[in-house]
Amino acid sequence: MTVVSVRKQGRNQRRVLPGFGIGMGLTVLYMSLIVLVPLSALLLNQTGLTWEKFWSVATDPRVLASYRVSLTTASLAALADTILGLLLAWVLVRYDFPGKKIWDALIDLPFALPTAVAGVALTAIYSYNGWIGSLLEPLGIKAAFSPLGITLALMFIGIPFVVRTVQPVLEDAERDTEEAAATLGAGRWRTFCTIILPGLLPPLLTGFALAFARGIGEYGSVVFISGNMPMKTEIAPLLIMTKLEQFDYAGATAVALILLLISFALLLGINLLQHWSRKTAR
Amino acid sequence: MAEIISDAVPAVKRYGPSSSAAAEKPWVKWTFISLAGLVLLWLIVLPLITVMSEALKKGWDVYLAALSDPDALSALRLTLLVAAIAVPLNSIFGVIAAWTLTKFRFRGKNLLITLLDLPFAVSPVIGGLIFVLIFGRQGWLGPWLESHDIKIIFAVPGIVLATLFVTFPFVAKELIPLMEEQGTKEEEAAVTLGARGWQIFWRVTLPNIKWGLLYGIILCNARAMGEFGAVSVVSGHIRGETNTLPLHVEILYNEYQFSASFAVASLLLLLAVITLLLKHWFTRKNAH
Repeated sequence: MTVVSVRKQGRNQRRVLPGFGIGMGLTVLYMSLIVLVPLSALLLNQTGLTWEKFWSVATDPRVLASYRVSLTTASLAALADTILGLLLAWVLVRYDFPGKKIWDALIDLPFALPTAVAGVALTAIYSYNGWIGSLLEPLGIKAAFSPLGITLALMFIGIPFVVRTVQPVLEDAERDTEEAAATLGAGRWRTFCTIILPGLLPPLLTGFALAFARGIGEYGSVVFISGNMPMKTEIAPLLIMTKLEQFDYAGATAVALILLLISFALLLGINLLQHWSRKTAR
Repeated sequence: MAEIISDAVPAVKRYGPSSSAAAEKPWVKWTFISLAGLVLLWLIVLPLITVMSEALKKGWDVYLAALSDPDALSALRLTLLVAAIAVPLNSIFGVIAAWTLTKFRFRGKNLLITLLDLPFAVSPVIGGLIFVLIFGRQGWLGPWLESHDIKIIFAVPGIVLATLFVTFPFVAKELIPLMEEQGTKEEEAAVTLGARGWQIFWRVTLPNIKWGLLYGIILCNARAMGEFGAVSVVSGHIRGETNTLPLHVEILYNEYQFSASFAVASLLLLLAVITLLLKHWFTRKNAH
């Protein structure tokens, strides 16, 4: 190690590589300018939002209904994604078949496709004269402009999160234990439940949480298909938009603050989950 | 599923190669593959086909007319302009942040990584709202901006800011795991051989991360061009001025010009397909 690098850096860590000071400075500066300061505008409010106003907005029936719609549809969609995502990840990792690479590439489409495009396409599919909507209509199921439609849109948005979280873990999983279980007489289903599934639990939960978190904040793919009926199919992000359009900045801030709180709690949960899954992977 | 259990027993009795015991029967395998195929077809392929079929429903003339409409062209220009500003800025920052966060050890590193993720956790609508609260007419800087005749909200700068916010983590997120894995050995060797800062970066680090970096950039670009929620809040939807392509899709859709709306949407679909193809190519290069 060179002499220069052994500068006193706090807790006598030797920094061999250059650029720490300027890199750190630029990172913190840029992050503050683009993310932290703007976000703090929500907290250090100057929109005239008092506690009373905040409370009355937060407990307004229409606002509460929008949270209920957002939370139920996002959790249902994330649950469906977890099951379907596990199936997709399993098939992509464990089996060989023609066209597998194309399947794998298609999984990322919801990441790459602008949400507004997904929104108009899904609405066309599920409305009463659409390809699937027209099949559901005679059965008395209304897909578009109902909570079911919101759930379907959020499923589209969330599916890659589950697949891409489960896939690497499944790839790294040691096959030895499974083979040992099989030689000891365990059936495939039992091996799956007792050997494979416990190892997949952390990534499955992480995938669920990621899809759920994305679903709660999602706007573009939902506004078209939801129909936006207050109390029924109005999601929380849309309510923020509506309040902004009415120049009710304080109301918009209040709804956003609660949404932000839920997102932060989820972010914390996801970080803990990822920490846990890294630990169990070792 | 009960059948799978009974099926596996003979495999054990045979004392055959254990690998066959730890795999599903062919019919189970093909059932799973078909189910997965159906899921993929329903969830992902169907929306893809829908965009194209709706766009071409009224024929090529309507399709081409929708794309050559002056409002569509100005939306395309604005989308390209916003991406041309936001993507390079966030890419440069992403590389600097990833370098700082992976090549050094310091306290509070995990906090910084979590903060980096914030824009992903926050609803895009909030990503737009915060800029309205700062630069809007009733915002912090609103009165000052108004007296100096500077427009940020309902103008291009606001759209750029909102896009910068939502696409902020992409490049750094892609690079951090990659650079973490590569460690600092090669760079340290370069230092002992007398290389300077920039030399180390250009000659050692960059060649190692280039495919991951390119992948991060195209993802960032796809989001920058396709962002809807955040941009919708700050744009003001002024036709020909502050309309991006995704907003133009919405306006046409709300005016019941479905074919035109899907025609513009097909442009964005093309962007997504190119992004996926490039991604596929970059990850394959990265593996080598």
